[in-house]
Amino acid sequence: MEFLQPATWSEALAMKAAKPEAVPIAGGTDLMVEINLDHRRPATIIDLTHIKELTEWGMDDGRLRIGAGVTYARIIDELGDRLPGLAMASRTVGSPQIRNRGTVGGNLGTASPAGDAHPPLLATEAIVELASTKGTRQVAANEFFAGPKKNAMRADELIAAFLVEPARGPQQFSKVGTRNAMVIAVCSLALAVDPKRKHVGIGIGSAGPTPIRAAEAETFIQEVLEEHRLWERHVHCEPSALKQFGELVAAAAKPIDDVRGTADYRRHALAVLARRTFRWAWDDYRKSK
Amino acid sequence: MKPRLAEETTSGGRVGDRVRRPDAVQKVRGDFPYSSDLQVDGMLWGATVRSPHPYARIESIDTKAAKAAPGVKAVLTFEDVAGENAYGLEIADQPVLASDVVRYWGEAVALVAAEHPEQARRAADKVKVEYAVLKPVTDPEQALLPKAPKLHPGGNVTRHIKIRHGDQNATAEVVVTGDYEIGMQDQAPLGPESGLAIPDGEGGVDLYIATQWLHIDQKQLAHVLGLEPHEVRLTMAGIGGAFGAREDLSMQAHACMLALKTGRPVKISYSRPESFVGHVHRHPGKLHYEHGATKDGKLVYVKARIVLDGGAYASSSTAVIANASCFAVGPYQCPNATIDGIVAYTNNPPCGAMRGFGSVQNCYAHEAQMDKLAAALTMDPVALRRHNSLETGSALITGQVIDGPVPVAELLRLVHERPLPAPAAKNADLTAMPGGVSNTTHGESVKRGIGYAAGFKNIGYSEGFNDFSTARVRLSVVDGKPRVEVHTAGAEVGQGLVTIQAQIAGTELGVRDVMVLTADTEVGSAGSSSASRQTYITGGAVKAACEAVRERVVALAQSELKSGEGLRLEDENIVGADGNVLVALATLLGEEVIDELRVFRPRKTSPLDPDTGQANAHMQFAFAAHRAVVDVDTELGLVKVVELATAQDVGKAINPQAVEGQLEGGAAQGLGLAVMEEIQVQDGVIKNPSFTDYLLPTILDMPPVRMDILELGDPNSPYGLKGVGEPPTISSGPAILAAIRAATGRPVTRVPVRPHDLVL
Amino acid sequence: MNVSCTVNGRAQVAEGVWEGESLLYMLREHLGLYGSKNACEQGECGSCSVYLGGTLVCACLVLAGQAQGKEIITVEGLARGHGLHAVQDAFVEAGAVQCGFCTPGLVVATHDLLQRIPSPSDAQIREALAGNICRCTGYAKIIDAVNLAAGRSRS
Repeated sequence: MEFLQPATWSEALAMKAAKPEAVPIAGGTDLMVEINLDHRRPATIIDLTHIKELTEWGMDDGRLRIGAGVTYARIIDELGDRLPGLAMASRTVGSPQIRNRGTVGGNLGTASPAGDAHPPLLATEAIVELASTKGTRQVAANEFFAGPKKNAMRADELIAAFLVEPARGPQQFSKVGTRNAMVIAVCSLALAVDPKRKHVGIGIGSAGPTPIRAAEAETFIQEVLEEHRLWERHVHCEPSALKQFGELVAAAAKPIDDVRGTADYRRHALAVLARRTFRWAWDDYRKSK
Repeated sequence: MKPRLAEETTSGGRVGDRVRRPDAVQKVRGDFPYSSDLQVDGMLWGATVRSPHPYARIESIDTKAAKAAPGVKAVLTFEDVAGENAYGLEIADQPVLASDVVRYWGEAVALVAAEHPEQARRAADKVKVEYAVLKPVTDPEQALLPKAPKLHPGGNVTRHIKIRHGDQNATAEVVVTGDYEIGMQDQAPLGPESGLAIPDGEGGVDLYIATQWLHIDQKQLAHVLGLEPHEVRLTMAGIGGAFGAREDLSMQAHACMLALKTGRPVKISYSRPESFVGHVHRHPGKLHYEHGATKDGKLVYVKARIVLDGGAYASSSTAVIANASCFAVGPYQCPNATIDGIVAYTNNPPCGAMRGFGSVQNCYAHEAQMDKLAAALTMDPVALRRHNSLETGSALITGQVIDGPVPVAELLRLVHERPLPAPAAKNADLTAMPGGVSNTTHGESVKRGIGYAAGFKNIGYSEGFNDFSTARVRLSVVDGKPRVEVHTAGAEVGQGLVTIQAQIAGTELGVRDVMVLTADTEVGSAGSSSASRQTYITGGAVKAACEAVRERVVALAQSELKSGEGLRLEDENIVGADGNVLVALATLLGEEVIDELRVFRPRKTSPLDPDTGQANAHMQFAFAAHRAVVDVDTELGLVKVVELATAQDVGKAINPQAVEGQLEGGAAQGLGLAVMEEIQVQDGVIKNPSFTDYLLPTILDMPPVRMDILELGDPNSPYGLKGVGEPPTISSGPAILAAIRAATGRPVTRVPVRPHDLVL
Repeated sequence: MNVSCTVNGRAQVAEGVWEGESLLYMLREHLGLYGSKNACEQGECGSCSVYLGGTLVCACLVLAGQAQGKEIITVEGLARGHGLHAVQDAFVEAGAVQCGFCTPGLVVATHDLLQRIPSPSDAQIREALAGNICRCTGYAKIIDAVNLAAGRSRS
């Protein structure tokens, strides 16, 4: 096993270009489990924790650009007001020790359908910035997840950052687990309300081979809100519409039975979470006026 | 050559005091050497090759490539087992290394020792084992069918207990039936199986190990290693919890074999996934019950068929099924009973002892039945239980009449009358909600439920088993002060045995400076730290040895002081009949060392009659009751246990702080089985062998435990004490289930309760 | 490879480290600091909690090489001299220690909590310690210990 520790981003990209099979490590919360439990023996590991720019965030043309190495703990502490949905999701990631170390970049790199950061990134239409020695490119979160633990990255690329607009309206995140802390999602849902665009974004996790954006449910609820002028009237939508919304979210899922839960339960729970999170978000929206 | 072991510190305190644990100081500093921390120069690391199949014939094993791998010093197979390749606590049915057939997923097949653990793991990968895969038997009911393949020469029935008590044709006015299912729980002690074997250069071996019973390990090791017991010496290393998981051999024989082969010290330390296949689990089971009662709520009969899955090897299955059967009715009077308790061999992971063994499984069933019966009678469930509670002088369904305090009705009254926690607050902190910080409810669909349960089990060994412990107590003068050294082989698994031994010696000899020596096989057996027995049995042995020392001190004083009767040893002085100090103990002793060894035996028990299960099979009984208050998100099926209340008779609290710790910790393990803990086995394969998917209760899952600790005094035991450790794990979970049923209105007959059980 | 770092205030070099070793393994087997425990080695139990560069982490999830040049504080480094740190003393006194395998991790995590929040609420204690599994105590006496340590630090 070879351990590489680049000091700069360009050095890291050069190393990845020279050894495309090399595995990057940041917080280690995924890779180290695989190494410790003898599931994986990468030939080369590139440590990204010494690269300063990965740990930085700032505004970039109206969007927040957040380095791939920013930890969950910092997202909660430093970005909780601007990215409440992602911060809520971050609060459910593992334990304080994990949140101190784990990064959204790492979550994206592993691309597990259960990654807690993914539903909020989908709901807020975040963009993933990938880099190689050949340059950078941007991939919409919705396009980024390619299959179970597969993403759109090329072998020579590293994740530089993700870009997301600061919240303009209420956001929610909700995750079902069979323990009251430190649990991998049985299923999860993120919802982002954007009054300016009159848009409702929904991402679901642990309910299919990839994290999924519930596009039909988004369209449906937006139509309901338009049709009944709810954005302007600041009232709740009809329970029947909410019920249908929940069913559409559930229908977007492609869950399986596994040790964490059954497919039927996941669909059921997603419908419940959809109704509840929308209510909470809409309550906040109504109160904000 | 010896690894560094825990310091033998002195402590004081008397029976009944809240005593600071002497070992806690090293533990909080991170300086307490657990078995996985042992290290000596020149040490090799062992790794184990395990079966990837639950059931297969071994066609061949090729170790050539492994032997040639870097750093490798030895590769061993069944051919290297010098003694008989069979061990087991009750039945020697398990090979040290599989030879012709593997019977469960993860069974040990070969061993490697290498300079670095990674070298050992890589070499283990290179051991080529060819298997002819067989269809595993994974359902105990299927295993019992005549057509099932025989997994062991004697067939697949490990033990069948028949209890035939009273009228076998009794009928009743009100009858309720139910089927219940218990999932497979893991003890999950945090310290992994680990130890260090050091060859003595003369064919023998010293093993530093975390085990619940040094001498049973020694006996089994001598047998499989082909050595005399004195050639296999065991010393206790720090134990990171046990709960039944360290009763059977895990890596003990393997490390010894590798050490004897290489002539070098060998350490084996399991990873967490390996630990899941490296020890036995709590038996999963299916229980069918029928309760008959009179219209005014008196139990007339109970019929039950209890089938436990013993997995591939017997371990302590025979004792587990005996408990499940003997206590099948719960702590209630029942004149007629027909119980069939069967434990079967399958190709599932082997099951054995875990805290409360046998009684945990049946308590879920008998308590659900009592609630069902109460509903059928439109009676209050607590009133029904109290109406039928065992009392002093009651006969169990095994015919045994219980003497001493039997405060079942009182325990139920105490938990019932305890004030209830406040209702769920509106806008409560997320951590107080079902689902916790995962933000699944802000109060929507949350319903509160309250449930009650009572349970009991035996303390110590049963069925005529030779229960005893040995203690050596040595009194001398060190630095001008009296010093007592207590030496037993009792396993300090975390329960506080070291503290209790020191308290007893301090009480009996009035000496402040008591040192409990490292447990090892140099002293006689203490029996296991299981069945809640050590405070009673090893405590009894320490007490007896101290009394013998005291008698000699008094005799010495009589002879030195030329004094007659009435001398006492009190507060490090010899005191006359008038209470005046005559001489300081240290002065009296001078250079003299008083050393006494005693063996303590509790009351004898008898084997169960094979046809009727009738006997005085048990030595002592312990009782507890629980009330659970839960909030259930009835739409998502998520549960928050809000509060547990318990009442337990501990006879005498030797160390009240430790007793509270047992009641709280035991309840947490009960909560775990009730709502989250399950080893999921599919076609014989464990699907969740890690702490990512085998979920243990966190600090956010465990509610406060409100306690009533009764000290009613057992007339037969030292200081009147009763075993404490297991009852908290027995009725806590069933109370939670009752509360969940109350909140949801659903029958809920399986544990652990899964969200989909509550909503789909 | 060799890894240089500062552990409990002392400059240390771990020699002959295999690249796949965790910081936990390095602390234990190269530097002889066995206080951080190996209960799960997947970040699920907190028994190996240490400070890395002042931040509470699971040492099992840090690749040994990632500790190069960093400052590490383990449970062995909390107390000054031969005494106990207030958190350690509170754990002993409150009866928060049974088998003790989780204790070093809990002591470090509690130390971190009380540095951030000197008087934590029950909910804050529970959320902060949710990553530290204890199998023995049922946590009640751990909460007592945290409150005891917090109270003593205030006074």
